[in-house]
Amino acid sequence: MNIHEYQAKEILNAYGIPVPRGRVALTSDQVERASKEMGGRCVIKAQIYAGGRGKAGGVKLVHVPEQAQEFGKELFGKRLITPQTGPEGLKVRRILVEEAVDIAREFYLSITLDRESSRYCLIASAEGGVDIEEVARKTPEKIHVFHIDPYTGLRPYQARKTALALGLTGSVCEDCVELILNLYRCCLEKDCQLVEINPLVVTKAGWLLAMDAKFTFDDNAVFRHREYPDMVDYSQLDPLEINAGKYDLAYIKLKGNIGCMVNGAGLAMATLDVLKEFGGEPANFLDVGGGATREKVAEAFKIILEDCDAKGVFVNIFGGIMRCDIIAQGIIEAASEVKCTLPIVVRMDGSKVEEGKKLLLDSGLNVQCADNLGDGAARIVRMLG
Amino acid sequence: MSILINKDSKILVQGITGRSGLFHTQQCRDYGSTIVAGVTPGRGGIHIEGIPVFNTVAEAVHYTKATVSMIFVPPPAAADAILEACDAGMDLAVCITEGIPIRDMVLARRYQEESRTLLVGPNCPGVITPGECKVGIMPGYIHRKGKIGVVSRSGTLTYEAVKQLTDSGLGQSTCVGIGGDPIIGMKFIDVLQLFNDDPDTEGVFMIGEIGGGAEEDAALWIRDNMKKPVAAFIAGVTAPQGKRMGHAGAIITGGKGKAEDKIRTLEECGVTVATSPTRMGEAMLAALRNG
Repeated sequence: MNIHEYQAKEILNAYGIPVPRGRVALTSDQVERASKEMGGRCVIKAQIYAGGRGKAGGVKLVHVPEQAQEFGKELFGKRLITPQTGPEGLKVRRILVEEAVDIAREFYLSITLDRESSRYCLIASAEGGVDIEEVARKTPEKIHVFHIDPYTGLRPYQARKTALALGLTGSVCEDCVELILNLYRCCLEKDCQLVEINPLVVTKAGWLLAMDAKFTFDDNAVFRHREYPDMVDYSQLDPLEINAGKYDLAYIKLKGNIGCMVNGAGLAMATLDVLKEFGGEPANFLDVGGGATREKVAEAFKIILEDCDAKGVFVNIFGGIMRCDIIAQGIIEAASEVKCTLPIVVRMDGSKVEEGKKLLLDSGLNVQCADNLGDGAARIVRMLG
Repeated sequence: MSILINKDSKILVQGITGRSGLFHTQQCRDYGSTIVAGVTPGRGGIHIEGIPVFNTVAEAVHYTKATVSMIFVPPPAAADAILEACDAGMDLAVCITEGIPIRDMVLARRYQEESRTLLVGPNCPGVITPGECKVGIMPGYIHRKGKIGVVSRSGTLTYEAVKQLTDSGLGQSTCVGIGGDPIIGMKFIDVLQLFNDDPDTEGVFMIGEIGGGAEEDAALWIRDNMKKPVAAFIAGVTAPQGKRMGHAGAIITGGKGKAEDKIRTLEECGVTVATSPTRMGEAMLAALRNG
C-alpha cells in the first residue's frame, strides 16, 4: 500500500524527522496562497503514486505566487508520464507547495526488508537524489547496507557507522544518528515494507532535511492500522483494481482481450504465460484465491465484465479439494447473475469433473469445457479468433 | 523413504477449532495422517472429532509425543504460534496461514533459525509424502507414490505440476510447498539438500516464480552439489514489470527477480526448464532421460 509524499512527510515529522515547511493544495488558488505563505519562492510538487516526477515536469521551483498559481493550473488534471507510471500516466489531483531550500549535499537513506536474510536492512548512499537502482547497478560500492538484528533492533553505533559512511561529521553526524534511529522506530511502528528518504539533504545552513519521502505499508498489517485505508488516494489507482481490492481479489489490468480467472497466484501467472504461448493476449491477472469460493467467483466475474476490453473469459480452476460440480454451479450462478454473454472457456480440475462439465454444458451459457491447461488456452484463443 | 514426514509422523494442529483448521484436519486424517492432538488456547480439555485439544503446544507434546505441527492460526496470532512450536521443540512446523505481517515474521524467523525446529511456509500448501502422510491443504488424489521430489513456491501451480507428473507416470517421494511470502522458513536449497540425501528420490521438480533471487541461488547450489537430475518451471515470463515487486528489494539483489534471468541461470546450471506450463511432466521425463 502506497501513500503520497506529503503524507509520508507528515509521518516523518511526527517521528521527529525534519522535513521542509509545506502545504498540500487541491486547487491552483490554494497553490498561490501557500506560495505566499512561503514567501513567494517555493517548490511546487505534483503528488502522484510514482517516482521520476522531476524529469516528467511535475516539479518546479517558482519565485512569485502568480508563477506558482500558473504552474498549479497547468499541473492539475494533467497526466504525468514517468518510467514508473506506464504509458497512460497518472493524473495530478494534489500538489505539495514547499519552502525552497538551499542544498549543500544530498544522500539516500532507506529501511526495507531483505528477503535473503529475512531481516530489515538500512541502506545508505552518498549518491542521493538520483535513481538508486541505477547507482546499485553501476557503482555498487557506493551503497552501504546494514542488516538489523530484530533482537537488538537498530543500535546507535550502527546508525553512527552509517552517518560516518556518508561522510558526515560533527553535530550533523549526531543529528543523522538520531534521524536514523527515529526512522527505524517509524518503520516498525507503522509496519512498513519500505521507508525511503531520497534525497536526505544537508542544507547550506547545516541542517538535515528529508526532501522527498516514500512509504510502502505492509498490506498484511493493515488490521493493526485502521487509519491506512483512509490514507489511500483512490484517484491514483485503476478503478477495476480498487473494486477487486474491496473483494480481496488480486487483480491487475493488462492490455489484451481475454479475461482470466484463476485460483492461486502461481497458476494465474502460468495461465497468462500459456495464453501468450498460444498467441492470445490476457486482459487481466486475477487470482480468486486458492479455495475459489462461490462468492469470490461471482465477484471476479463482475470485475472481468466491467473491463470493456475483455471479449472472452478463460476460467482456470484447479479445485483440488473442492468439488468441480460445486465450482461449476458457482460459475453458472455468477455468470447468469451478471448476464455474461461473452464466450467462456472453463478448465477445471478436482473431484467430480465430469458432473461439473455436464452442468456447464447444460447451463445455456456460451461455454466450452477444456480437458487441460493447453486445451483451454487453445480454445479461448480460437474462439476470439 | 521420504523427507520431512512419513507414515510414522505424529501431528498436532495449532488452530484446530477454526473452520479451515478443522476441515483440513479431517482431510489429512482421511488421507492417512496420524493427527494426535489439537491446540487452541482456552479450549484445552475438549475433544474435537475424537482428537484431544490442549491449551499449549508444550502440553500437547508432553501427552502425545507429537513431532510435527500444522498451523492454521489466523494472521494476527500466527507468528506467535510459530514461536510456540519452536519453543516446544517440534521437529517440523508447517504454517499454512496466509497474511502474516512482515514485522512479526522477521522476529519469528529469527527465533526459529536458532531453534531445532524446521519451518515450512507460511502461506504454503504444506508437505505431502504420497501414500503415507499429508500435512497441508493439497488434494491428495493427484499424488502417487514414487521417486520424484517436488519443491515449489506456489500452491495450485504445484497441483498442476504434480498432476502432470502423475499423468506422465512419475510418482512423487515428497512434495514440499515452501510458500510464497517474502519471509519463509525452508528455502529451495534446504529442501533440495534433503532430496539429494534421500535414497528414494531419483529426481527433483522445482517450481519458481518472479521476484527475489531464491531460484538463482538454488541453481548455483544445484550446479555444485546436486547428484540427481532436476527439472523446473518458472511462472511469470509474461508478468508485467514492477506491479508487485518491492522497489528497494531490487537494490539488494542487484536486478534479480525476472523470470528470464531465473530461467537462464537454471539452464546454465544444468537444470531442464519447461518452456511452457503445459510441459512440466515432459521436462521432468527429459531431465531423467539425460541423467
